[in-house]
Amino acid sequence: MKILSCTQVCVKYESTLALKDCSFELDAGNFLGVFGENGSGKSTLLKSIAGLIKPNSGSIEFHGIKKNDIGYMAQQTRVQKDFPASVHEVVLSGTLCRHSRFYFYSKNDKKQADKNLELLGIEQLKRKSIQELSGGQRQRVLLARMLCAEAKLLLLDEPMTGLDAASSKQMCSILKDINSNGATIIMVSHDVEGTSGFCDRVLHLGVSNARTT
Amino acid sequence: MLELLEELFSYAFVVRAIVVGICVSLCASFLGLPLVLRRYSMIGDGLSHVGFGTLAIAVPLGLSPLKVSIPLVMLAAFLLLRIRESSKMQGDAAIAIISCSSLAIGVIIISLTVGMNTDVCNYMFGSILAIKQEEVYLCVVISVVILALFIFFYNKIFSVIFDENYAKASGTNIEFYNMLLALLTAVIIVIGMRIMGAMLISSLIIFPALTSMRLLKTFKSVVVCSAFLSVICFFTGIVISFAYNVPTGASIVAVNLISFLVFCLISFFKRKKELL
Repeated sequence: MKILSCTQVCVKYESTLALKDCSFELDAGNFLGVFGENGSGKSTLLKSIAGLIKPNSGSIEFHGIKKNDIGYMAQQTRVQKDFPASVHEVVLSGTLCRHSRFYFYSKNDKKQADKNLELLGIEQLKRKSIQELSGGQRQRVLLARMLCAEAKLLLLDEPMTGLDAASSKQMCSILKDINSNGATIIMVSHDVEGTSGFCDRVLHLGVSNARTT
Repeated sequence: MLELLEELFSYAFVVRAIVVGICVSLCASFLGLPLVLRRYSMIGDGLSHVGFGTLAIAVPLGLSPLKVSIPLVMLAAFLLLRIRESSKMQGDAAIAIISCSSLAIGVIIISLTVGMNTDVCNYMFGSILAIKQEEVYLCVVISVVILALFIFFYNKIFSVIFDENYAKASGTNIEFYNMLLALLTAVIIVIGMRIMGAMLISSLIIFPALTSMRLLKTFKSVVVCSAFLSVICFFTGIVISFAYNVPTGASIVAVNLISFLVFCLISFFKRKKELL
């Protein structure tokens, strides 16, 4: 079942062309790896899909995916060093996009947060502050938040950045699990060898054009 | 000490200032945390200068300062945010321009009309006498509305300021929350400006959040702590202002500064202890 189609997406920053004529389609349950050199527009593509930037031309269409089904993880999500937030607060906030008018957490939300913390093996960090975590732990917290949002389409921009080999392998297998539970994943990475094995589809972005295999 | 407090509460104007002040400090501390975390602290400062400018327009015309200033400062907040989002001009530069200009315009209007007098000094640095009886109700009602809005959107505000891109990607209307914060800040600045003074009101917004963040590391604890700190510092400041006859705003800021330094010191020793 097709859930996303991008046709001839072009994005310009000021006068430089960041992404040119990118076209591809994605089915539900796909694990798409987006690879390419620096400046080929990987992050730009992901941001356009996330709706953070508006493409200058071309179209991005979702089929059966609503805005609150999308989870986006930026390249090194800029968690400010001094931001006071506990892991529990962050993970729980993921459930908010399922609320329409009433923004208080239900018992169910809290249960779900606990469940996802456990799933990602970070339940012991629940009461810790986000400031005290290592890079790998933080990425898992952000993933847990996405799981709480029950995101159907996960957009991950370099989720392995700053992780050592062991934790990035762990991260990959967590993602694979999430994927096999039905979520569609688009992951941007520069590490083709390390991550392409996990993807079932691959998109190579060149500096000027894109092709899918 | 007890006598001093007894004397303090025997004056109706002091009671008015305390009631309004406590409401304002509570609201300011709640709004302050998002503003500080989003690096919007300067917006508070800019808006307070705009507030001074609008006061300068309202007073010679004999209009109620609150009713003129609130809509005008809200408009300025709206514009500031728009400039930040869209223009090529940097946000902080835009704020600096707007705040200096409105201060200058305010001073010109005042010197041409009522002249530079002690009233102007009170606008700048705060006065315990500023709140009139009929303004108390308006201030209290507005504060309660702001508190209610903050509590209702508490979780949503957290998710937006924690990770704006994520919230936006998953369908949250970021602009709405930014605007809400800016507008509420505008309102609280205008109300608080009478007691704190235009030059010093932004400290009421920034200090409690910054102070609490020295020691506390979760969002909820910081919110609660800054609310308490804000009220305690306000009250201590107003007592000092009354006892030593110094401008209210200035003494409240001084108390806030002391509490900030104390928290810094505690956090320093705490970290040192952890290292040992």
